Amino acid sequence: MSAYETYDYDILIIGAGGAGLRAAIEAAASNLSVGLICKSLLGKAHTVMAEGGVAAALANVDERDNWRVHFADTMRGGQYLSNARMAELHAKEAPEQVRELEAWGALFDRTADGSILQRNFGGHQYPRLAHVGDRTGLEMIRALQDHGIHQGIEVHMEHTIVSLLKNGERIAGAFGYEREKGRFKIFSAKAVVLATGGIGKAYKVTSNSWEYTGDGHSLAYHAGAELIDMEFVQFHPTGMVWPPSVRGILVTEGVRGEGGILTNSEGRRFMFDDIPELYKNQTADNPEEGWRYTQGDRDARRPPELLTRDHVARCIVREVEEGRGSPHGGVFLDIAWIKEKLPNAAEHIRRKLPSMYHQFKELADIDITVEPMEVGPTTHYIMGGIRVDADTQMTAVPGLFAAGECAAGLHGANRLGGNSLSDLLVFGKRAGEYAAQFAAENGNAQIDTAQVDAIAAEVLKPFENSPEGDNPYQIQAQLQEMMQELVGIARSQESLTQALEEIQGLAEKARAVHAIGNREYNAGWHTALDLDNLLTVSEAIALAALERRASIGAHSRDDYPEKEEPRAGKYNTVIQKTPDGTMTIRRNLIPELREDLQTIIAEMG
Amino acid sequence: MAKTTFRIWRGDANHAKFVEYETDISEGMVVLDAIHRIQAEQANDLAVRWNCKAGKCGSCSAEINGNPKLMCMTRMSDLPEDQPITVEPMRAFPLIKDLVTDVSWNFKVKEKMKPFTPRPPDAEDGTWRMEQEDIDHVQEFRKCIECFLCQDVCHVLREHELHEEFIGPRLFVYAASLEMHPIDTENRLAELKDTDGIGYCNITKCCTKVCPEHITITDNAIIPLKERVVDEFYDPVKKLFRIFSS
Ligand SMILES: Cc1cc2nc3c(=O)[nH]c(=O)nc-3n(C[C@H](O)[C@H](O)[C@H](O)COP(=O)(O)OP(=O)(O)OC[C@H]3O[C@@H](n4cnc5c(N)ncnc54)[C@H](O)[C@@H]3O)c2cc1C
Ligand code: SF4
Ligand code: SF4
Ligand code: FES
Repeated sequence: MSAYETYDYDILIIGAGGAGLRAAIEAAASNLSVGLICKSLLGKAHTVMAEGGVAAALANVDERDNWRVHFADTMRGGQYLSNARMAELHAKEAPEQVRELEAWGALFDRTADGSILQRNFGGHQYPRLAHVGDRTGLEMIRALQDHGIHQGIEVHMEHTIVSLLKNGERIAGAFGYEREKGRFKIFSAKAVVLATGGIGKAYKVTSNSWEYTGDGHSLAYHAGAELIDMEFVQFHPTGMVWPPSVRGILVTEGVRGEGGILTNSEGRRFMFDDIPELYKNQTADNPEEGWRYTQGDRDARRPPELLTRDHVARCIVREVEEGRGSPHGGVFLDIAWIKEKLPNAAEHIRRKLPSMYHQFKELADIDITVEPMEVGPTTHYIMGGIRVDADTQMTAVPGLFAAGECAAGLHGANRLGGNSLSDLLVFGKRAGEYAAQFAAENGNAQIDTAQVDAIAAEVLKPFENSPEGDNPYQIQAQLQEMMQELVGIARSQESLTQALEEIQGLAEKARAVHAIGNREYNAGWHTALDLDNLLTVSEAIALAALERRASIGAHSRDDYPEKEEPRAGKYNTVIQKTPDGTMTIRRNLIPELREDLQTIIAEMG
Repeated sequence: MAKTTFRIWRGDANHAKFVEYETDISEGMVVLDAIHRIQAEQANDLAVRWNCKAGKCGSCSAEINGNPKLMCMTRMSDLPEDQPITVEPMRAFPLIKDLVTDVSWNFKVKEKMKPFTPRPPDAEDGTWRMEQEDIDHVQEFRKCIECFLCQDVCHVLREHELHEEFIGPRLFVYAASLEMHPIDTENRLAELKDTDGIGYCNITKCCTKVCPEHITITDNAIIPLKERVVDEFYDPVKKLFRIFSS
């Protein structure tokens, strides 16, 4: 008899954002038992915060769009480091996935003929983002949630998984605690899907919430799975910068999609000053053309504000560093200017961007229909993550699957806006489907209770540590400042080596942090436990960033400004845990692209 | 930087009381920032829910100086400076710990309601066509972030505790989003009348006043639902009239 409350499922899904919910729905469709676990309440995962939209080549607004263009856009945006098969599946399957949401009750904004409306976004050739004002994520998660609760899925809200359980090579389940009382629970399962989201809390300035401590990345890594391309962390160009307490909160790219422009303290539209070669013939060379593009002129090219996020973020940093920033260390993002072009601009802005209007009005006393916003880069998303098979989403650990932000492959060196929400749907569904297949083909794996006892003891350590030990919040804050400073937008061998050293020091301190109080809903204790995950992903990011001696996509090295390392070819960085517990890294050359996919890329220019 | 005193509700279902904390307030801070600062510096084990810090997820509901609000959208500069600020959990739900309450009832009630049931797709491409103007009002309901502040203030739940007989404003908004959905085919009027207790609502509009998403809960969701219930069960002539005139 186990001393822990135990649940037994065919398939266990860890994470209830878009990816986890979509996986759970799919797995439940095969009449197997499904358990779904999340750290917050249902419907509160990061997916709820997504604003701009979900990318899918529905071709409702511009019939020239199709999966090939979406595929080529994704590959170009990712600097050709994406897994091409994933980019292909994603582009092909996203439209059907978006339509399916509608069958589950989602109500996207409409075109004049009553179809799903699509908007422009950075790096997408045609208007491609299905959306609901600027609250698309809410619509998506609510549609999935309200459909999901009728599929016989058992949901465990406010539970945190602290370790995966294995039996030999194979996955056997997971171990965690529930927040309310701090009780431990065992979830045994034939197949497990990780859908835990990202890592933003490793940085000081971020658009991410407390949940984003890289749990899935770390759980998978410790269970023997590989992490790829961890150096690629997306710094979204437009986060709020003022007042200090809201620094990092996202300002959707939709603002630029609707015609918003970036200017510096001299009033100059600096994005016209540096247009990368790869995008030259897709980008407007004058403001008038850019404006026409945002208003749906099909012959116009997109304004440089809608270049990829990595590039826009770097341009903003350059403006600030060269002394042309806004008063609080950002630049200006102006949507109010469109009143020169549209008669009822204020109303138009409030309708298209209601939550941005609300957010600035209530948090910064700024009326965006009248004044410009101040914005600067914020840590937003991680392209890197758990390595999975493109078709099945299975990791190197048999029976362990991953989908959504915690998995990697689709986005390469830089993710296009809107490609995450579609990623969740396409690969969440696939993960659910193949996890169910795995569960159907494999029996139960025995759980080793001695292994569980050891983990439980480890989890309780913060209470037993000496009160002299640090406060967990302090260590978290120190780590965040260090990562921001040394592993942020601009990196170098020196900064990264120093970061790796500091991570060791912080890890030492983290082992001794002290938690006060008891096990009931104890935020300090939870923060202490999250530290291990944050440190693991921070180390992985710094190590991968050190390995890639080039500046490409979201990864910039001051000491290697060139895009490619000479003769290195195109590769992914791969991180794995060695048997002695240390982190190792290697390079994996990217195989030659399938011929038909090469042709598409060549055709799309 | 100004020092401000907070009186925060601390404890669990068995025993809880206000505890005072003092913390520094800087420009632009919201109540949630102050709570986080207190948590990080003085009360590591303080229980509080939050996620987005931008009014999008509906996690951080509380009663601030007695008013039901999102902590992340309540600016310190909008509160009186000369007296301590009280922060309490939502009072209409059982306390778990500190500022965290057990809101699971809302999820259970929703699960029992009839789900969305679309008519078969009727557009050529296997989907539906819907006019923007026909979905505007449903989109209003779908803005709901499930913060449950409306449930917290509704006297039918808060004072009369009719949780078994009344689903509360949030779930009327949900029912309205389904009933008025242009492609939904289900009929939920019998449940609204019998098990959901829409008759208990006496249109005080307290729910509408606290909704951080500015959903006109009473006028746009509850009253039209009440009318439909009346038409369906008490006034068949009016029902016919409405069908023909719409
Ligand atoms: C402000 C903002 C705006 C965005 N806008 C867009 C947009 O317009 N378009 C777009 O495509 N993308 C956008 N993104 C990105 C996108 O929203 C996310 O990448 C995506 O929602 C991630 O979904 P997910 O399902 O992978 O994870 P999430 O939705 O974050 O869900 C993760 C789940 O895992 C659970 N979890 C984590 N760790 C554990 C653990 N240890 N134990 C148990 N459960 C755990 C969490 O509780 C949560 O339920 C935006 C992101 C942000 C922050
Ligand atoms: S209007 Fe009705 S639902 Fe809203 S608070 Fe009053 S009684 Fe409750
Ligand atoms: S209707 Fe408004 S107050 Fe009620 S739960 Fe939804 S957002 Fe909150
Ligand atoms: S933290 Fe999301 S609404 Fe306040």
